Amino acid sequence: MLTARRLGKRYGEKRVLRRIDLAVPRGGFLVVTGPNGSGKTTLLRICAGLAQPTEGTIERAVQRAQVGYLGHEPLVYRELTALENLELYGRLYRIPERRERIGMLLERFGLWEARHDRVASYSRGMTQRLGLCRVLLHEPELLVLDEPYSALDEAGAELLDAQLAELGGESTFVLATHDPARVEPLASGRLALA
Amino acid sequence: MGYARDVGALARKDLLLELRARDTLPAMLLFVGSVFVVFHFALPGTSSRLATAGLLWVAILFTALLGLGRAFVPEREQRTFDGLVLAPCDRSAIWLAKSLATLAFLVAAELVALPLYALFFHSVGGATVAAVALADLGICGVGTFLGAMAVATRARDLILPLLFLPLAMPIVVGAVGATVVDSPGRYLGFLALYDLLFAVICWASFEYVVAE
Amino acid sequence: MNRSAATIQAVGRTRISLPVLAGASLVLVTTALAFVFFVAPNDADQGFSQRIFYFHVSIAITAYGCFAGAAWKALRHLWKRDPRADLESYVFVHQGVIFGTLVLLTGSIWAKISWGHWWLWSEDQLVLFLVLFLFYCAYFMLRFSVDPGPQRANLSAVYALFGVVLIPVSFAAIRLSKQLIHPVVFTRDGPNFHGWILVTYCLAQVALPVLAYTLYRLELSAKRLDGRLRDLREVLA
Repeated sequence: MLTARRLGKRYGEKRVLRRIDLAVPRGGFLVVTGPNGSGKTTLLRICAGLAQPTEGTIERAVQRAQVGYLGHEPLVYRELTALENLELYGRLYRIPERRERIGMLLERFGLWEARHDRVASYSRGMTQRLGLCRVLLHEPELLVLDEPYSALDEAGAELLDAQLAELGGESTFVLATHDPARVEPLASGRLALA
Repeated sequence: MGYARDVGALARKDLLLELRARDTLPAMLLFVGSVFVVFHFALPGTSSRLATAGLLWVAILFTALLGLGRAFVPEREQRTFDGLVLAPCDRSAIWLAKSLATLAFLVAAELVALPLYALFFHSVGGATVAAVALADLGICGVGTFLGAMAVATRARDLILPLLFLPLAMPIVVGAVGATVVDSPGRYLGFLALYDLLFAVICWASFEYVVAE
Repeated sequence: MNRSAATIQAVGRTRISLPVLAGASLVLVTTALAFVFFVAPNDADQGFSQRIFYFHVSIAITAYGCFAGAAWKALRHLWKRDPRADLESYVFVHQGVIFGTLVLLTGSIWAKISWGHWWLWSEDQLVLFLVLFLFYCAYFMLRFSVDPGPQRANLSAVYALFGVVLIPVSFAAIRLSKQLIHPVVFTRDGPNFHGWILVTYCLAQVALPVLAYTLYRLELSAKRLDGRLRDLREVLA
């Protein structure tokens, strides 16, 4: 699904990644760990196709439309409501039966009541839940999640656990986290960045 | 067909954002009014038709710059560029939608600015209106493209006018020409040619601006 | 390491070696200077000072060539993903701006000598180079305001492509504006091209592009050496 050979990334004089090799089979679950500044985010952006490596190669066996990426930002517009944000992405991804799918996701992540509120009024945890809705909206085959547990309360984290367990084995995951124990039961591969 | 729907969805989002935040259009309207007042005092004595025609175009250009500088602010502040770039739509749709949104704001500002100009200075003819329409297309198309480049830089707001003004010089020539001469055909034709030429390169190369 | 391997390969593949180029441009520029000052006849109207024409025109054409080269390399970067093209495009723009500044200087001197003004809006070429100068200075602002990497390469390349479209469009615009704002008062016919004048002009026209190409190659190899040094330092660290 995802194969990288001798991957390297440098921003000018600053080296971020050096000689990373990884292979994630279809349905695999790669957990990326490492301290702050070790290049987790950069590696995940490369996996999602948002950045190009300066050295080495990466092969992705999926189209752009089949990638779901959650970064540090939830990638939603703060001045729009939850519903409007998901509607926009739903249209861009041409999701059949958009309304139903959006409604179901909002319901599942506990945002249905707040669907007509602007994201600006959301708490950090609610925004993160909305970000997760956006990622799952188009049922991606490859999910690239950068610290998905950040800002989530215990209930939110359990929701995410359940969601990951449900999709595990079907979708392919690349997940960066500070808390690898949490996803240990799902992990099929581990990569520790230094 | 699908392309048009993508553009529609994206442009609708931009108009909705402006409707909620209401910061671009009021600023443009206030700015163009203030510029007219300042220019009245900057032009000595009773100003000639030629001089005020130039004034009109300077005012339009800088008002447009104000709007263009704001165009990608939501994408920049909320990092939503990543979300749009990953979406399966053609990347040029992002440019086209944003251009249409800024065009809407600019036209709205001009709906106030042109009557104001007629009131303060000289009447506005049909050729001027045609020139405004054609120049707006070029200003918004090229300006939005450069705006997307500018938000990728550290200098941001500072760099957009520097990138934009040399490229806008031909627009000013065509627009001022169409405003002041008796037979404006050549100037309008030049503006149309400019719009077409730059629309094609913007459309073809926007992909490289937003994606690595 | 990939990149430095490509660099070595690139250096090995170049056709004319740099010392030969440097020697050729030295000989050509010296000969051209000698012809301009000692062989070409004095102009009937403008006398001795008209000789700046030989350099003014050939510098302008060289600058256009540099901008075209920058656009070509930019296209190669975007289209073929040629890893060397970004730097090459940048160096071409750099040379183009240097020669463009010389066009403004020589043009200004010529205007002062001929008409007593340092600047004339009625001079198409001069006005065009002013616009291009501003445009390509903004290129540097853009480039140095983005961190080095694929994105900077893309933005620079796209902007360099805009430049090559802007040149004819601006030229047409300047022509159009002249009919509008300034009636053409001055006309400047080039000297009749014959005999030594033609030879001198051709010599200058060959010498300056060769000089520009030499400078281009020099800057390029210096920049590549920097890059290799950085790679080496990293390997050793």
